[in-house]
Amino acid sequence: MSRPAPRPTVVAAVAVGGALGALARWALGEAFATPGGSFPWATFGVNVVGSALLALLPAVAGVRSRPALVALLGPGVLGGFTTLSAYSEETRALLAGGHPGVALAYVVGTLLTCLAAVVVADRLSTAGDRALFAAEEGES
Amino acid sequence: MTVLCVVVGAALGAPLRFLVAHWLDGRTPWGTAAVNVVGSGLLGLFAALSLDDRGWALLGVGFCGGLTTFSAFAVQAVGLGPRRGSAYVVGTVVLSLAACAVGFAAGS
Repeated sequence: MSRPAPRPTVVAAVAVGGALGALARWALGEAFATPGGSFPWATFGVNVVGSALLALLPAVAGVRSRPALVALLGPGVLGGFTTLSAYSEETRALLAGGHPGVALAYVVGTLLTCLAAVVVADRLSTAGDRALFAAEEGES
Repeated sequence: MTVLCVVVGAALGAPLRFLVAHWLDGRTPWGTAAVNVVGSGLLGLFAALSLDDRGWALLGVGFCGGLTTFSAFAVQAVGLGPRRGSAYVVGTVVLSLAACAVGFAAGS
């Protein structure tokens, strides 16, 4: 709790990366817009791919030892790319629109696919790599 | 113009998430859980307000999308192990959906 404040350059890297990630998510959402009442494939794809890539980052030696790069790509690009708010709102809209089956498939399907993608991606890095990455991600 | 709205919204939301996680994430990722629940509530509210394209791009796609994260949530859930990870997943999803419904109702 008594951690020092992150360096301004690191916070700026998160802002730049977050903007880039959100732009990519927005573009994919426009390109693969799904009609109301159907499975939100665009957000599903974004969250699965983003979760897998975040879990893969610690395996890249050139990334995990560079605080600004970790911030740019992890909480920045991939944090901005993936979204839990759209996942919640799409589920709410599916339920409100009378599509409980699609809503359930979306909620559970996204969770299980993202968690499975992370478990698979984790096999490419060691626990030590991930601890170092997490430290760079949260501190510095 | 819409592009600029997404960029500005996310350039505010993402660093805010980073700072909250930096200060509040510990053995349990309270900070990430908090931004995901609050961001879901705000997005429900903004959805109910029927914003125009630019407003939605700025506040919905940009700010709420940048504030919340599924990637860190999934990585943390796996890292916490089966028991604590399950509690983290269920807690975040249930509270986020509830916050979204409350936000939507508040804006309707």
